[in-house]
Amino acid sequence: MNLWEFLLAHRAEVSQLSLEHLILVAVSTGIAILIGVPLGIMLTRRPSLSKPILGFANIMQTVPSLALFGFLIPLNIYLFHVRVIGGIGARTAIAALVLYALLPIIRNTFTGISNVDPAIREAGKGLGMTDRQLLLQVEIPLALGVIIAGVRVATVISVGTATIAAAIDAGGLGRYIFRGLRMNDNTLILAGAVPAATMALAADFLLGWVEVSFSRGTGVRLGRRRVIAAAAVALAAALGVWAAVAFHSGAASSRISVGSKDFTEQIIVGEIVAQAIESKTGLQVERRFDLGGNLAHDALVAGEIDVYVEYTGTALTAILKLPPLSDAKEVYRRVKDEYAARFGLEWTEPLGFNNTFAILVRGEDARRMKLKTIADVTAYAPRWRAGFGQDFMSRPDGYDGFARAYGLKFLQVREMDLSLTYRALADRQIDLIAGNSTDGLIARLGLVQLEDDRRYFPPYDAVPVVRQQTLQQHPEIRAVLKALGGSISVDEMRQMNFEVDGARRAPKDVVEEFLRKKKLIDGQRP
Amino acid sequence: MVPVEQKAIELRNVSFRLPSGRTLLYDLNLSVNQGETLVLLGRSGCGKTTTLKLINRLLDPTDGQVLVDGKPTTEWDAIRLRRRIGYVIQEVGLFPHFTIEENVGVVPRLEGWEENKINARARELLNLVGLDPERFAGRYPRELSGGQRQRVGVARALAADPPIMLLDEPFGALDPITRREIQQEFRSLQRRLGKTMVFVTHDVREAFLLASRIALLKDGKIVLLGPPADFLKSAEPEVQAFVSCLSDPASSEAAP
Repeated sequence: MNLWEFLLAHRAEVSQLSLEHLILVAVSTGIAILIGVPLGIMLTRRPSLSKPILGFANIMQTVPSLALFGFLIPLNIYLFHVRVIGGIGARTAIAALVLYALLPIIRNTFTGISNVDPAIREAGKGLGMTDRQLLLQVEIPLALGVIIAGVRVATVISVGTATIAAAIDAGGLGRYIFRGLRMNDNTLILAGAVPAATMALAADFLLGWVEVSFSRGTGVRLGRRRVIAAAAVALAAALGVWAAVAFHSGAASSRISVGSKDFTEQIIVGEIVAQAIESKTGLQVERRFDLGGNLAHDALVAGEIDVYVEYTGTALTAILKLPPLSDAKEVYRRVKDEYAARFGLEWTEPLGFNNTFAILVRGEDARRMKLKTIADVTAYAPRWRAGFGQDFMSRPDGYDGFARAYGLKFLQVREMDLSLTYRALADRQIDLIAGNSTDGLIARLGLVQLEDDRRYFPPYDAVPVVRQQTLQQHPEIRAVLKALGGSISVDEMRQMNFEVDGARRAPKDVVEEFLRKKKLIDGQRP
Repeated sequence: MVPVEQKAIELRNVSFRLPSGRTLLYDLNLSVNQGETLVLLGRSGCGKTTTLKLINRLLDPTDGQVLVDGKPTTEWDAIRLRRRIGYVIQEVGLFPHFTIEENVGVVPRLEGWEENKINARARELLNLVGLDPERFAGRYPRELSGGQRQRVGVARALAADPPIMLLDEPFGALDPITRREIQQEFRSLQRRLGKTMVFVTHDVREAFLLASRIALLKDGKIVLLGPPADFLKSAEPEVQAFVSCLSDPASSEAAP
């Protein structure tokens, strides 16, 4: 399916995501203007503050978005009893986008006003204008072109950055991009990227036009009343949308919220948990899928979601920061105890499959070089390039220990997005990757998994983790999760991953079919 | 007791130092009578502009007092003081986003005049400085020549009919011919309006043309203060240097 056909076939969804994207950008830029312009003006009056404030805005721009999200999610900042920052969803995405947009707006307001011809400023002062009159009647109108140029830069940056918002379930065109990367699907990536780029160009063009019409040397004339009226309208509009967004995502407490991380298997197991709860309890279920990095864990601890499926090994090393262990039962016992004590979270029954790291090579290489185990690779490694996801490179049970355990020295090690490593391996850009053992792409791309003969990788049993508080409020959920215990084998998981990634079927349908076959949900369609 | 002659402006032992410690004015004593035009003459950097800015409180003296209408400037509300004093600078400083009419009407608008009164006043003043309101009122400053802009600057300073006018080399950036014309016109305007004026220039011909009295400044001190006639008689070397420019036909720019 080419891009054009895809966009036509999904035009309702595309417009929905574009609208979400537009709202994220408009609200965040609006708020950034309301904060940044007055701040920039203040700096012209107190230049000694310009270093710390511009410095802060500068640092904000360099903080990676996932790090910023991780920092904002646990916050609980209220304004008039509405939570304005914290949690997952649009609120936090907007807060992050505002922080990114501040620098160009503050800086341009400050320089725009500072660069007004000193003779004009002196004339105004000498004629008996008060500082406020000078500002409103002379300096701001003359600086408006430069200020709008700052808004223009901020808007274009926001359109691009807002794609990241999909990592915390804030919607927008980033959803297509993330989904496309996960499923190795160029059309899907473009379906997100092309509308976003178009939006950026349109915003750039439109604001460029406004900028030119305000900086033709005449500036504009701002009557005081008009300034106040315009500011009031902008403020009301921004706060209105903000409040709507905040209320909307804040009203979910009476429902069960199921989360997931941002890869296909997680969405499938999230969907399994969600459908099982829906079918057996009749509770209303909200899906907060696609949370990037460890944001699902943060969201669970913060009470933003009630349950998601975590892997024992990941919890042990990446979240609890404990040394890796190889015994599956021991790991499960350990994380169960620690989670109960530290976070008030309960590990329920393991689902049955272990999604460990799979060291993968191309099938033809495996046949030609007779590769069966990871140890077989040692001789070839000095001539091979390896590619690993950021996660694998940084985690304690990841690359360093792995290379040491097998004595591997690669010609080159490249760190890239996990979903891109499969494609790079198939395209012969790299020769070995660390994928996930349940990944549907393994079969689809004809890759071969090498045996972990030295038992380096700890077990990664998939287990639903649920808030104890949720279990107290809805005890019936316990039975539902217990029934799911041991119900999914590695082969079944790999098959479902393939159905979604390879056969492009909707996770919802694949899951429903699986649960029905396993008699885990009732026979009749809901 | 009736004041014999009201001094419009008076500087008493005024010194001015920059925060860096450099002294720009030393112990200046000077007064300007109602209705007279005092010209501050001197080379670049001698302290003429600083003296002017002390009068409308763009600067405060480090030592001594500046009195306007008998009251020290530090006791005046700076905004009220400046609205009583018209101010014209060499760079003109017209607001580029305002039309000519709006530029002239700035102070009356700040003072809260009614709109039709402001418009009438702006047109009256444009006529006064020799600009046809029908042609110029709606234009923007960048559409005017240097001489025309300078006339607008004078009209803007006169708008609220201030009793005092400060002019800082208002014709300095104009070509010699335009300057000569506008000086002549200004002279007749000056006579008609009878305002108290302090006029800064480095052009000795201009000083002789417009001054009731001349104060010659050098390095922040007054070298000579008196009517133009006294000037010609003085033996001071700095005065001589300026006077020699009067007779030197090659230096119409007149700055020694």
